[in-house]
Amino acid sequence: MEYLPNVLFAIALIVGIGYFTKNVKKLIRNIKLGQDVDVGGHKSQRWKNMAMIALGQSKMVNRPIAGILHIIVYVGFIIINIEVLEIIIDGLMGSHRIFSGIGALYGVLIGSFEVLAVLVFIAVVLFWVRRNIIRLKRFWNSEMTSWPKNDGNYILYFEMVLMTLFLIMNATDVHFQAMNSGNVVSQFIAAWFDGVSESGLHLIERSAWWLHILGILVFLNYLYFSKHLHILLAFPNTYYGKLVPKGQLNNLDSVTSEVKMMMDPNADPFATPAEGADTEEPAKFGASDVQDLNWVQLLNAYTCTECGRCTSACPANLTGKKLSPRKIMMDTRDRLEEVGKNIDANHGEFKDDGKQLLGDYVTHEELWACTTCNACVEECPVSIDPLSIILEMRRYLVMEQSAAPVELNNMMTNIENNGAPWPYNQMDRLNWKNE
Amino acid sequence: MSELLKVPTMAEFMAQGKQPEVLFWVGSAGSFDDRAKKITKAFVKILNSANVEFAVLGTEESCTGDIAKRAGNEFLFQMQAVTNIEVLNAYEVKKIVTCDPHSFNCLKNEYPGLGGNYEVLHHTQFIKELINSRRLAVQQDVYKDKRITFHDPCYLGRANNEYDAPRDLLKLINARIFEMRRHKQTALCCGAGGAQMFKEPEKGDMDINVLRTEDALETRPNIIATGCPYCNTMMTDGIKAKEKENDVVVMDVAELIANAQNL
Ligand code: SF4
Ligand code: SF4
Repeated sequence: MEYLPNVLFAIALIVGIGYFTKNVKKLIRNIKLGQDVDVGGHKSQRWKNMAMIALGQSKMVNRPIAGILHIIVYVGFIIINIEVLEIIIDGLMGSHRIFSGIGALYGVLIGSFEVLAVLVFIAVVLFWVRRNIIRLKRFWNSEMTSWPKNDGNYILYFEMVLMTLFLIMNATDVHFQAMNSGNVVSQFIAAWFDGVSESGLHLIERSAWWLHILGILVFLNYLYFSKHLHILLAFPNTYYGKLVPKGQLNNLDSVTSEVKMMMDPNADPFATPAEGADTEEPAKFGASDVQDLNWVQLLNAYTCTECGRCTSACPANLTGKKLSPRKIMMDTRDRLEEVGKNIDANHGEFKDDGKQLLGDYVTHEELWACTTCNACVEECPVSIDPLSIILEMRRYLVMEQSAAPVELNNMMTNIENNGAPWPYNQMDRLNWKNE
Repeated sequence: MSELLKVPTMAEFMAQGKQPEVLFWVGSAGSFDDRAKKITKAFVKILNSANVEFAVLGTEESCTGDIAKRAGNEFLFQMQAVTNIEVLNAYEVKKIVTCDPHSFNCLKNEYPGLGGNYEVLHHTQFIKELINSRRLAVQQDVYKDKRITFHDPCYLGRANNEYDAPRDLLKLINARIFEMRRHKQTALCCGAGGAQMFKEPEKGDMDINVLRTEDALETRPNIIATGCPYCNTMMTDGIKAKEKENDVVVMDVAELIANAQNL
């Protein structure tokens, strides 16, 4: 019986980490459903972007209040997790505060954790106020109902509870308080427990300890279902973020080969394709579903923090149109999850469910409202490119379905016939000179 | 426009066995849109007065395909691009300047992948070069003390990170620049990009160009300056919608410079 707590702890740890690993595998499988895309080269630039944007949070401070609060929570979160290492060792070995042997440094460490815990708590409360009392507009758009809205709040409650447990755990730890080193905050909380017997204190301390570590394991597993996944994915996502100028939209290679063929007077349309060339289905132009997007775009969708910075800068959204770049990302993730579940349910193979991203999630009206202004891309604190997904779906609509708005079809016919988007003759192109 | 503009074509240069120093890509708007044609001419005046040996493609120029690409018609875009690249490469063009940020972006960033490699400049960058190399001088007093606000075209600013060239030119003419709340990286689009210029907007509660015009009017400007023919149209329409045509004019930076040359 003596080892029961150790065994229980080991089981909790294995279950918690095991389930998390399972979800990470699923995550990777889903992202790999996307098309290949060339992301080779420029390694040093990519590492630099990751260090600046994900680790250094360089884009967050564009909005100073949210930025500073976010940095506090982020730094606090990372640093306080050092404490988790001690908890895990204690839990497995049955030791108590195993690191305390390092002497004065221990006090300094725990002392700074305690201060951070308080700062994180305050920051989280302010975040909650911004969301729920001040009701910042970007948290109340139409896509921010039910789960996305609750998710945002749950995370905040989680953090509040975890920080409180950490402080209570320290406050009711009789030995730790007796050491009187590093209890910069908890000594005041300890005063609240004056009059509680030593065994009572021990019970509270143990409960807080267990709840704290179990809470962290639950939190770890909550990530997969939450916008909070960005605390992990922001790193690969900023690494693979767009490096070329924002205005540069990719040229479709599948189109290039067809165009070259058409323009080449010597090409023999009946020639047998070269060895190794794709002879099966002709390439599909653009995207109607998540599998047509590339894997970086799918990684983008899982990384989205639903912060709405993109949408609050989107000219279409600001003028009341349905388009919201955040919704594009959320829809992509939701549909990808749906496809993933479909694959799980059908023994590893996707069975047509009569649904797709285009139409069932994202409407034509949203897609055609985009001005390709790149404001969303500029704003995103984790290097997501919603515009690229919008463009892929437009490509599908136009090239596979000829479903552009009538005026755009007229414009394109003009370009085809006259080399200008208006019905003017190409031969008149220089007339301005004499007007 | 009283005096004669010198606008030689590439074909004429070729006939004389010469290469111009730069090709002026006029673009569809610059060739056909009444308002944009004025910008084209203002820029030509500048080129003429600085004695720049430039040429246009004239009737050999065709739409870059930029709008088609952004509307989703990659096929039409590449057809246009490949055709244009054939012409440009046949003339051995090395350097291109254009007054249209959309052409600028497309030629600079999207043509290389299809075999068209050129040094491409926006006209504000080119004019700045002319002034820096003392080939062009401007008068200081024409716009002295005018209140000017600059609207960043998306395809010059965010798309290609050029925020300074147009502002540097405005400083040279001694104007007082008042920035809008949203400017540079956070500038709001005029509403024309992504082929929106050619269709009715989707249902909403206001037009984007009106919202952007409101941004500009907050700075109480005499002049809204910009560097894109499409932005120019959108902002001019916005000014009309706000019934401010008597107080505020929308001008291209090239027009301001041409006027400041006192030509
Ligand atoms: S690129 Fe499109 S989606 Fe993004 S901000 Fe501009 S209009 Fe909105
Ligand atoms: S795409 Fe980026 S800016 Fe937009 S909601 Fe997601 S994380 Fe925020």
